[in-house]
Order: sequence, then structure tokens, then C-alpha cells
Amino acid sequence: MPLDAEVVRKDFPILETQARGKRLVYLDSASTSQKPRQVIERIVAFYENENANVHRGVYELGERATAAYEGARSACGRFIGAGSHRSIVFTRGTTEAINLVRFAWARSRVHEGDEVLVTEMEHHSNLIPWQLLAHETGATLRHLPIDDAGKLRMDLLEEFITDRTKLVCVSLMSNVLGTINPIRALADAAHSAGALILVDGAQAAPHMRVDVNELDADFFAYSSHKMCGPTGAGVLYAREHLLEEMDPFHGGGEMIREVWPDRATWNEIPYKFEAGTPAVAQAVGMGAAVGYLEGIGIDAVRAHEQQITAYALGRLADAGAIVYGPSDVAERGGTVSFNLGAVHPHDMATIVDQEGVCIRAGHHCAQPLMRRLGVPATARASFYIYNTNEDVDVLMEALDKAKGWFG
Amino acid sequence: MVRLSLEELYKEVILDHYRTPRNKGRLDPHDVMLERNNPLCGDELELYLRFKGDDIEGITFDGKGCSISLASASMMTERVEGLGVKDATALAESIKRMMAGEEEGDPDLIGDLVSLKGVVKYPVRIKCALLGWNTLLEALEEGSGRKPE
Repeated sequence: MPLDAEVVRKDFPILETQARGKRLVYLDSASTSQKPRQVIERIVAFYENENANVHRGVYELGERATAAYEGARSACGRFIGAGSHRSIVFTRGTTEAINLVRFAWARSRVHEGDEVLVTEMEHHSNLIPWQLLAHETGATLRHLPIDDAGKLRMDLLEEFITDRTKLVCVSLMSNVLGTINPIRALADAAHSAGALILVDGAQAAPHMRVDVNELDADFFAYSSHKMCGPTGAGVLYAREHLLEEMDPFHGGGEMIREVWPDRATWNEIPYKFEAGTPAVAQAVGMGAAVGYLEGIGIDAVRAHEQQITAYALGRLADAGAIVYGPSDVAERGGTVSFNLGAVHPHDMATIVDQEGVCIRAGHHCAQPLMRRLGVPATARASFYIYNTNEDVDVLMEALDKAKGWFG
Repeated sequence: MVRLSLEELYKEVILDHYRTPRNKGRLDPHDVMLERNNPLCGDELELYLRFKGDDIEGITFDGKGCSISLASASMMTERVEGLGVKDATALAESIKRMMAGEEEGDPDLIGDLVSLKGVVKYPVRIKCALLGWNTLLEALEEGSGRKPE
């Protein structure tokens, strides 16, 4: 069933508020999404009816909390096609999930002379951990280039994935260009070379159907807060055998089996990677967000965003804006970075803010990509289930005003 | 609800300095060149200074950035050229306090620069306005440590 954004909007209390005295036009969901009542109420219900620590209490309340937490884990696994809850580790978010792989898998397996491959379009969260790894291990960090259309240079794959490659780290969807990357082809190339592939799914998972088996991903990370869930929760999916072999990440309670004064053994997966009391309510909220998106239908989400993105790309082209990234909505998501004449993105963001429009301006945590594009900054509008063509119209009118100031 | 007027931010003098920046480009020869940026937004600034004794004999800037950061830098170069290191430092400190909302700004001291005050109401833009001034303070410190001629 197609998504009716006007109906969806009613689920989001914040959209009833105003910004600068105007109707709130929220176009920064690539940064963080707004939250539907269903998710907010689920978190409140948890604290009001189920709150206890997990995996500890023998009392009924503890059982309820554990059931809620583990139910969320199952939902988050199902959402990305994972076969077992054992392959789903709760983290603080995508960034922590990627760093978990750096510390618990890569640090003892990547050595001097080895290579880690990232791409020119990675968010800093899928770049800096690998820079740090390269510095501490002596491994070489390589960057798969993009072409002028903002797509990965797949023709260079043979040159960049070799028998020295140990890990390929790539986002499924770019947070700047919106590009959807051909993960399966990258995974096949990585696996043929004996390497593993880590997929940053932060931008993709909220917006399109993901199946980790179809992608053949070894690691897949995504965040709650970009998909209608609360901040402070995210997931690392990893193949079970990898989690079994990996070193622990943080040490502390919950992640242990037996402890002696000078040593310990580890809990079974995924608990081996969840030291300390987890963000239980946040995880439960993330599970509720999964349920909410499944209720709408993730394919309907994608179709809606393709429609609105096509509309926005057309309007921006008419206004003479330069848009970065693919022009075909089949190859991109609803994140649209652009520049408009002589108006600096910051000035643009300030001026459209006066009209109640929230857009992002800056380098979007992707400075190397900005250099590749040859711009210091871009403006970015990103769309989600609650956005309408009317939102795009308000943006375009506001951009017109910006041009008036600086044109 | 906070209604702000863009006219307060984008005053004519700011737009004028943005459209027609003063003292823009490389200064040769120079005693100090500093390159600084705002990591959050990508504004980039190069500041060139030449001293004569304790005075700023020449000052220019170059870079990429929003109207506020470039206009602020342009106005700054116009204002501090010819000033002694001590006076320029005092002025920069005063501008910083004004932008932090700690003082009104002495009209005699800051003159035209008072037009930057509108930025105070736009907290995320304050760092844009201060990029040039913070760079100047660093440059003056570096310059004051140089060997006398």
C-alpha cells in the first residue's frame, strides 16, 4: 500500500510544533529522524511497566524487562534479514558498532603490509576508525575513488581489492550524495580476495529494504535514531562464527561467564559484546521503531522517498542549483546535497530557517568527500516518510529568498 | 518561539564587505601567515600580517566561507591596519566579549564593527564571525615573538 504522508505526519507530535513561528519543515532526517508517538509511548510504557535490569533479576519484573529487550533484538535482526538473534549486538549506534569491529576483530587480525579499503564517500565514522587502525597496526588505508556522478569506480575494483586486502568498509548509502552502493559486487570481490566486508547501514536501513544475506555482508551497522527510534541505540550485525572468534570489546558485567581475580571467560554471543547495563529503554524504543516502519512497509517508504526526491531534484534543477550525486532516483536515496549560486550553504541554512525550514549546511562529516567535490561545504536536504512535496515547495520558496539576499 | 529579523544579521555593511571584500588576497612580503578553519562548517581563512616595529603595517586575508565569516574578516583587516599590536589585541578581545554577550561593545573602540553584534542572536553563527578575530589573536602572538628589525 502506498504511503500517505499526511496520515504519517499525524504520528509525529513534533510536526505540530512551529519553527520561527512557521510550519515546521524538517528536512534533516539524514542527521536524525523525528520520532512517532508509537515509539515515544513505547519508551514511556517500558519505564512505567517493565523497567528493571536485564538478564539479572529472578523476579517477574526482571523477566519483563529482559523479554522487552530481547524482543527488540529479534525485531532489529528481522529488520535486516539476520537469521539469528545471536548475530545482533546492541551498541550505542553505528559509530560504536564500527569501532567494535575495529577493536574486537581488526586489531588482532590486520597487520603491517595488510590493506583496509574504504571509499572516497565515507562518513568520518567509517573512516577515522580505520585511520586509527592503520596508524596502530602499520596497515595501509586505501580509498576507492568515486566518479563525477558520485558513484564508486567499480572499474577499479581489481586494482583496489587484492590479496593484501583484509577488510572492505563501505556505506550502503552515502550521507552526502545519496548514492546507493553496489554492496553485493563489493562483497563478492572482497570474499574472492579473502577479505571481509563491513557495511555502514546508518543511512540506508531507515529508508530501504536491507537483507544482510543478499548483501553477503560480514558486518552491518545501523542506528536507531535515524529510523524513528531514540538516540543511544544501534546494532552491529556480524556472522555468528565471526562473533564467536572475536575478542571482547568492553570489559565489565554481563559480558563474562566466570571470573577469577586474574582472568575470566566470556559470555556467549552476543552478550560477550554487551558489557555493563545496556541502554535497555533505547533498545526497546529501537524495536518499536522497527515495528512502526514494518507497519508502513519499508518498500512503501522507499517508493515515497523516490517520488519526493525526484520532485526535489526537478525543482532544484529548475532553480539552477548544482546537485551532487546520482540524478536517477533508482540509484540514490532521499538525501540531496546542493549548492545554489553565490549563496554560501551557511547563509542559505540561516535564511531558510527563518521560514521554518531545517536543512543542514557544512561538510556533513565527510571532509575528504568535500575536497573531492571541490567545495568547502554544501547544503543538504534529506527526506523521510513525513515529508511532502509541499515541504519541497516551502524549501524552494525559502531558497528564492536566500537568492534575494545574496544574488 | 523566536522571531528574528534577518536584517539584524545581514546588515548592509556586512553584505557590502561580503560582496566587495577589502584587503583580500595574499600579502607579500609578510611576517606571519596563519591558516585556520572552522572544523564544523568548513570555513577556511588565511591571514597575512606584516609589521613595522610594533605596528601592523599590512594585513590581508583569503579564504572560503559564509558571508558572516568573510565580512567579519574583511572588516577586521580594515579596522586593525595601522594599529599597534597591543591595541589590536585589545580590540580583538573586546569583539570576542561582545560576541559572547559579555559586553555591549564600546562604540568609540569598535566603530563599524558594531554591525557584527546582530550575530549574537544566531548562536551557531558566532564562530563564523570570530574565525578572523581568533586567527588574528594567534597571529599577533606569533608576530610579537618575532625578532625586532
